[in-house]
Amino acid sequence: MLLKKNTGAVIDRRTFLRRSGLAVGGLGLAAGARVATVRPADAAVAQPAVGAEVKKTVCTHCSVGCTVEAEVVNGVWTRQAPAFDSPFNLGAHCAKGASVREHAHGDKRVKYPMKLEGGRWKRLSWEQAIEEVGDRLLKIRESSGADSVYWLGSAKFSNEQAYLLRKFAALWGTNNVDHQARICHSTTVAGVAQTWGYGAMTNSYNDIHNSKLMFFIGSNAAEAHPVAMMHVLKAKEENHAPLIVCDPRFTRTAAHATEYVRLRPGTDVPLIWGLLNVIFANGWEDKEYIRRRVWGMEQIKAETAKWTPEETERVTGVPAAQVRKVAEMLATHKPATVVWCMGGTQHTVGNNNTRAYCVLQLALGNIGVAGGGTNIFRGHDNVQGATDMGLDVTTLPAYYGLVEGAWKHWARVWDLDYDWLLSRFKDKTFMETKGIPVSRWFDAVLEDKANIAQPDAIRAMIYWGHAPNSQTRQGDLKKAMEKLDLMVVIDPYPTVSAVLPDRTDGIYLLPAATQYEVDGSRTASNRSLQWGEAIIKPLFESKADHEIMYRFARKFGFAEQLCKHITVDGMVPEPESILREINRGCWTIGYSGQSPERLKLHMKHQETFDRTTLRAVGGPCDGDYYGLPWPCWGTPEMKHPGTANLYDNSLPVKDGGLAFRNLFGVERNGDNLLAEGAYPLGSEIQDGYPQMTYGLLKKLGWDGDLTPEELAVIQKIGGAKADDVAWSVDLSGGLIRVAIKHGLAPFGNAKARAVAWNFPDPVPLHREPLYTPRRDLVEKYPTWPDKKDYRLPFLFKSIQDKDFSRDFPIILTSGRLVEYEGGGDETRSNPWLAELQPEMFCEINPYDANNAAIRDGQDVWVHGPEGGKVRVKALITERVGRGVAFMPFHFGGSFQGQSRRDRYPEGTAPFVSGERDLRL
Amino acid sequence: MARMKFLCDSERCIECNGCVTACKNEHEVPWGINRRRVVTVNDGKPGERSISVACMHCSDAPCMAVCPVDCFYQTADGIVLHNKDMCIGCGYCFFACPFGAPQYPQGSNFGGRGKMDKCTFCAGGPEAHNSDSEFRKYGRNRIAEGKLPLCAEMCATKALLAGDGDKVSAIFRQRVMSRGFGARAPGWDAAYGSKG
Repeated sequence: MLLKKNTGAVIDRRTFLRRSGLAVGGLGLAAGARVATVRPADAAVAQPAVGAEVKKTVCTHCSVGCTVEAEVVNGVWTRQAPAFDSPFNLGAHCAKGASVREHAHGDKRVKYPMKLEGGRWKRLSWEQAIEEVGDRLLKIRESSGADSVYWLGSAKFSNEQAYLLRKFAALWGTNNVDHQARICHSTTVAGVAQTWGYGAMTNSYNDIHNSKLMFFIGSNAAEAHPVAMMHVLKAKEENHAPLIVCDPRFTRTAAHATEYVRLRPGTDVPLIWGLLNVIFANGWEDKEYIRRRVWGMEQIKAETAKWTPEETERVTGVPAAQVRKVAEMLATHKPATVVWCMGGTQHTVGNNNTRAYCVLQLALGNIGVAGGGTNIFRGHDNVQGATDMGLDVTTLPAYYGLVEGAWKHWARVWDLDYDWLLSRFKDKTFMETKGIPVSRWFDAVLEDKANIAQPDAIRAMIYWGHAPNSQTRQGDLKKAMEKLDLMVVIDPYPTVSAVLPDRTDGIYLLPAATQYEVDGSRTASNRSLQWGEAIIKPLFESKADHEIMYRFARKFGFAEQLCKHITVDGMVPEPESILREINRGCWTIGYSGQSPERLKLHMKHQETFDRTTLRAVGGPCDGDYYGLPWPCWGTPEMKHPGTANLYDNSLPVKDGGLAFRNLFGVERNGDNLLAEGAYPLGSEIQDGYPQMTYGLLKKLGWDGDLTPEELAVIQKIGGAKADDVAWSVDLSGGLIRVAIKHGLAPFGNAKARAVAWNFPDPVPLHREPLYTPRRDLVEKYPTWPDKKDYRLPFLFKSIQDKDFSRDFPIILTSGRLVEYEGGGDETRSNPWLAELQPEMFCEINPYDANNAAIRDGQDVWVHGPEGGKVRVKALITERVGRGVAFMPFHFGGSFQGQSRRDRYPEGTAPFVSGERDLRL
Repeated sequence: MARMKFLCDSERCIECNGCVTACKNEHEVPWGINRRRVVTVNDGKPGERSISVACMHCSDAPCMAVCPVDCFYQTADGIVLHNKDMCIGCGYCFFACPFGAPQYPQGSNFGGRGKMDKCTFCAGGPEAHNSDSEFRKYGRNRIAEGKLPLCAEMCATKALLAGDGDKVSAIFRQRVMSRGFGARAPGWDAAYGSKG
């Protein structure tokens, strides 16, 4: 009863319904009980907002970054109001955003630490839990090495928590630390960064107001980013901007398209090359832009010459006439924006896809202009921030990588001895070798040890805010979970992890607080940081993730190092203090100027920001872009306004202008890789230039602009090689400050690369999917040979060599439903949402359904070529084309036809369960 | 005096159900009762359109006309409300309503309907404004607080508009203007194609 009093959630809705006629009366009871901590429920009065405190935070679902405005009375979250002042959502919410107050009920959450013992969930105290889990992990570290524990973080973390966990893993001594982005946009981040410098969305949702054409490929924003559609539809209506939607499925977004392009799954590169074929053939490319700002377009032109509209039609299924029509639309509507999501990234050729999209925009001259850009919609509320903070097996925070220089930089920021850090790892090689990606962790349990390039297999898995049912190969995942020594689930909900494996022992559930219960910043898809404040205190016995990290660090003996320069209040590291450390270290991507004070000021004065440019007009934030979208160069004191649209050289760098980054050297095979005659407005060098170093500053004669303090820091970092100290490791921020003073982009002014010579396919090529039913295309467009990477074998050719087309002629795609998010453990536990989507289903085209004698609404088994199967309801619809089926991916709690609901700890099973999909 | 109206712009509605959960959230509407729902036509086919539907608070409301116990009343703003203490759950209003708005708690013995429930335009019912009993029976009274219905205020794409009918139609008229005359007006596509 105590728990109920704390939460204000008194009545289980199902019980409530069974009371039939009482339902309406019961409604008042539930509401009255919101303030029931101080008075009996029946005497409670449901008062409106009188005396309510209003708190603002950010919706925890997608990456639009909608502000949530909460009314709180006596510590209880009583109402949600539309946040009209937010320039991102202008009061709007989708089903998920409009339902987040349900968190204050939290009926289905994990309420106290538990462990599975003898097949039963047993309650523990936090102290016991930390001791027991800690001892077991330390034992594994001792016998198998630090790399045998996998720290899987979360896109639901705040920036501060994501950063702290990355640092935590470094101090534990492993690079086996990752998060959801691996299976979402990792192909984007790599592909896009390797093209022009940064791997993020270039413009913003708001900037779409300026678009004259919107080209969506593999994005169903109407379901995955509903509030983004407010901005999209505005451009469609007011600019008469064509909305082109390319997708194998006629989505809710496609329903609003002016042109719907149905392509065969896995043929993005051919479609883009087909469009470019027509564009080049007609001379519609932006030749001057390409000459000044792009390298390698000739090689692209040679490849696209092969993709005539007819060949494009043969491979993609898009009629040649439509290819010509869309190409002409792209050529005649500028600026145009390109939007993509999982439909483009989740392929064996994901990198090729993302680079092809970038090349299309470069050819049209659409990058670095308002209304243009590659607007890559990220999935989770802080997947951008968690990626930036290095919850990633390939890098330390802010994309410094894992090389010695990166470690030394962070050792300086953390004020820790480099050799001590090194001693935490098996050796220097492991310190600098990328870890095992989350998409493959289970192979590092099941695979023959001889094939795993680390001392031992993964023995303990820490699922810290991640849904396993968003991953592929559920059967293997289950087996691996059963083989582990130990599984720890740190999450507000038990998640599918708690119920999937047939284990009777060795799973710990530790209740984490939601983002509505903690302070911290989160980065929306457009790179803006928003400070969210805790609306309520952590419910039940749950604790903030950063507190849990601190408690484990204490157990492991490195709490002092973890928080050497971070203020700790009792057991809770202060988020503001963590953000200041982030500011001191993340120069590469300009996470340095967003102090907690500036972010809080933005949140407080949201109404002063223009809703298209995102720039404050007057008020205390005058001139800043909302949320200081990174890069926000230099120190907070420098007051850089942030960068709303990347690579826009029509503005001075000090006002958010930029060039393409110099990241790949200054010349290639004799070609100049620096920009030619293109430079940000006001630049004192009116041509390309390399990235800023102290040596370059001296050559330019600007070293005198450094203050003595800045110079001292540079000299201390560089020692005898001070000339080599680059802007990105200069802890004083002096090099950045002086570069910007002279109108220069600190990272240089280079050309974007249409050809990335360090990729398996320097020019993105079409390669047929591994399980393709189009065997006739395999010979001409084969996949890659098998390889070893990320400490594991990767199979390509050996899979494609087998012909599955006879038994598996239908291609399965997957995607989101608007009501649910991710693995759905949270949203399926929310009755307001669960009621709207009670069942898992599979969309099948009537042609395929009739051929297989399947009726609408019937239960069907869906089989995959590797032996997996799920049982779901058939939904027969023309929404999917012939030969394509679709399943949403948020469901869980069933495995191959059998419910596993009885395995949840009592009272925590979500309202809705079902099979996950079966992506391969 | 304002005349309150709803308008759902089908060119903008994306079936995100934000309106539906906003309503659930604001009024703590129990599972099984849907004061508002989103209806999709031509689902999965070209021409697919969605529209959010609730009680439209008709000028000449059929529910009022057929109610045998006369439990309905219309406010000066044109909002159609009813008195649950009088309602006998006969279901006549459900049969009369062109929008399927009236809802009944489900699950009692012998198919009894219980008290009818429907959208109140966030205007509560015939009890003291924002009293406990008003909230219990009808949900919150935002109108009394000077606020408009939450479903429209939170609509993801501003498809759902609520408020004074003159203002609502002025907003919609402006949208139709910027889309171009007749653009997407029902029947126009079929008659003239996309060239306008």
